Amino acid sequence: MTADTVSFRVNGVQHLLALPPETPLLYILRNDLKLKGTRFGCGLGQCGACTVLVDGRSVQSCDVPLWSVAGKSVTTVEGLGGAGRLHPLQQAILDEQAAQCGYCLNGVLMSAAALLAENRHPTEAQIRAGLDRNLCRCGTHARIVRAIQRAAKALAEAGAP
Amino acid sequence: MTAAVPAALPASLAANRRLDRWVRFLPDGTVAVRSGKVELGQGIASALAQIAADELDVAYSRIRMIPADTAESPDEGITAGSMSVEQSGSALRQACAEVRYELLEAAADLLDVHPMDLDVEDGTVRAPTGKTLNYWQLAEKADLGRAADGRARPKSVDSLRLVGRPLPRLDIAAKVSGAAFVHDLELPGMLHGRVVRPPSYRARLVSLVAEPVRAMPGVAALVREGRFLGVVAQREEQAIHAMQALAKHAGWEEQADLPNVEAVPQFLRSARAQTETLCATGGRPADAPSLSACYSRPYLFHGSIGPACAVAWWRDGRLQVWSHSQSIRPLRRDLAIALGVDEESILVHHAEGAGCYGHNGADDAALDAALLARAVPGSPVRVQWMREDEFGWEPLGPAMAAKVEGWLDDSGKLAAWRCELWSNRHIMRPGRDANPNLLAAWHLDRGFEPPAPIDVPFESGGTSHRNIVPKYDIPRLEIVHHVLQDIPLRTSTLRSIGCYLNHFAIESFMDELALSAGVDPVEFRLRHLPDPRERAVIEAAAKKAGWDTLRSAARGNAARGTGIGFGRYKNTAAIAAVIAEVEVAATVRVLRFVAAVDCGRVVNPDGVANQIEGGVVQAASWTLKEQVRFDRTRITSRTWEDYPILSFSEAPAVEVVLIDRPEEPSFGVGEVVAGQTAAAIANAVHDALGVRVRDLPLTRERLVALINGS
Repeated sequence: MTADTVSFRVNGVQHLLALPPETPLLYILRNDLKLKGTRFGCGLGQCGACTVLVDGRSVQSCDVPLWSVAGKSVTTVEGLGGAGRLHPLQQAILDEQAAQCGYCLNGVLMSAAALLAENRHPTEAQIRAGLDRNLCRCGTHARIVRAIQRAAKALAEAGAP
Repeated sequence: MTAAVPAALPASLAANRRLDRWVRFLPDGTVAVRSGKVELGQGIASALAQIAADELDVAYSRIRMIPADTAESPDEGITAGSMSVEQSGSALRQACAEVRYELLEAAADLLDVHPMDLDVEDGTVRAPTGKTLNYWQLAEKADLGRAADGRARPKSVDSLRLVGRPLPRLDIAAKVSGAAFVHDLELPGMLHGRVVRPPSYRARLVSLVAEPVRAMPGVAALVREGRFLGVVAQREEQAIHAMQALAKHAGWEEQADLPNVEAVPQFLRSARAQTETLCATGGRPADAPSLSACYSRPYLFHGSIGPACAVAWWRDGRLQVWSHSQSIRPLRRDLAIALGVDEESILVHHAEGAGCYGHNGADDAALDAALLARAVPGSPVRVQWMREDEFGWEPLGPAMAAKVEGWLDDSGKLAAWRCELWSNRHIMRPGRDANPNLLAAWHLDRGFEPPAPIDVPFESGGTSHRNIVPKYDIPRLEIVHHVLQDIPLRTSTLRSIGCYLNHFAIESFMDELALSAGVDPVEFRLRHLPDPRERAVIEAAAKKAGWDTLRSAARGNAARGTGIGFGRYKNTAAIAAVIAEVEVAATVRVLRFVAAVDCGRVVNPDGVANQIEGGVVQAASWTLKEQVRFDRTRITSRTWEDYPILSFSEAPAVEVVLIDRPEEPSFGVGEVVAGQTAAAIANAVHDALGVRVRDLPLTRERLVALINGS
């Protein structure tokens, strides 16, 4: 594979990278941009540990080639809350102590962010369905769902778009 | 407070007596606390911080839990068996009490008052005169390098301020915002490694064409030692491409030597075994048992969401390794043997991994990284297993089977109980045999063989046979263990070890006996349970769940049922009862779990609840969905599609009732609900349908077959 130059934004910052166009976005985020919150879990888009937002849509970055994000805007967990701030979803995870090992959490947060962007008042069933592409092995599901409900409420009260 | 007669030191402290090995005061006003136990996602670091802060009288936020390493940390063996609060917690409590005593002695000397007249608040010591000194000043005067002597006594229960409170964990903030795991470690000039594993356990490498792979982009090294094959590359995706290419260029000869996956219980019961009688009291009755039944569990994956990972770095003949091992010193020992170097030349740092739930591939990845990094001295190499590697090679939770027979007397009480267990021994951890217990070692051409597995002795709590003896009052008991000698699939300890099958069998059988005696299952258990703490746990679960109304309601609704499972971990530690309410339609769906737990003194109620919730949900996933599949040659469950686990839509809520016993010793709770959960589900399914599932997993197919069969 030869390197092409691809331009895209990550967490609001423009990047210009010369890499083979098939390079998975996951490794670029982790190893070139040093954004380690996006993690490898299966490499097949089945577990959700590598979930990021591309133009606001949640995708599994292990399955996304570099060429497909040309000109697009990627958000990782490091950029979720803006510079140096926690997003209400991150804060809600802390408030609900909705973690055991935490390896799946960044992917869960990105899926939840995509869900709340589409549906500001999701039901519990909608939240659960929205996370069905994310696996949690520690059994923290109920706490995570509670945290997302809390964040949805906080966002609605703050009048977020 | 001190006593004239020194108390016996907790075992971990007796083995690591220097106080400053546990506690140091840092110039930035924080307190560095070291434990030999490691964070596995169970929240242990925060629980230990809470104990230390309370005993020292400093704010919780000042405690810095230092990740363990083989150079500095206290040696506390393995982080397993739900022993960390018990072992490390009691050691830290005593060490901190002694540190506080030394600091107050120094303060009294400097302030010219009696130590009893000093007050401490958040590390500031105040004399009646109003003069103050802080711990960080005093630490320079006090002798914190001395050995613990057991003279200072920890605080009494009524003066604890932090223990028993639901303080937030220290590690979660980092885990929702970026790098947090060994997987995320970045060292200067770091390269990426991947291993090409054989396609099956005993495959022989018969051909290899390596040259085309050597020329691939970014490839820095190819490694072949025996049938251990690996690549090192500049970039991670280059390492993956090279690994895939090398796999295509490798020829293997395989053996069809695995059992039939559709008949695992039959395989277990007919395999070569050594039979041991674990317990025989009162003699076996001459008459036939009132009831008899066989139960089984399949092979299970640990199924960590983050596959095994390690970083290794050879420099000047010395090796550093970063690993999410549960046992960094035993790992170092086996690394030294496998690599043929001095143990002293290796430094192992613990760095967190994803939840492991027992002995998975963490230690193996450390040797993989060390072998690959040796080909590129001076450069650190990071190795992460692919998902297919994890499922193909992690040690499985062993399949097990049990046959239980019970004799009821005329009054419907249990007169006798007999159980036969079929299981290999479970523990295949590194650190105890002339052969390293590390995967890659067996693939080198150096003649290392996998060591035979061991169990903790039955008298000390057991491993495969843990909790095989019912906790109930039964006059005549006979327990026999058929220790399987041939182990066709690689296995080791999985969370709750033997208890998952043993409690499932006992608690399912208690249900069968209760129904046969015409007694309510909760009442039947209570009739055989004299211990008030154990009775209180069952009663608390039944009350919270609304047992009486659910059971009678269930009789009017064939689709719904309720069941209970009970047990005491090791028969001496944490006590737990689980109640499941299920709805059976196309599949079995758990609507709700209630779990009641008595683990003695609760260090952090929210931490305990979190572990119990997770333990129940994970066991529900095993019970309803999970079974490792294989053909006669290879493991065929290689992706999450081949090995489904409970999803967000399927995971039920767990209501936890804690019975705090502040005067009693604390017990760990990581492994105390698994078998109870399985039994509660199976008993609830029986309550709904009248169908008894005895072979796990309790899938739709199995249920349909049972319904059609009956």
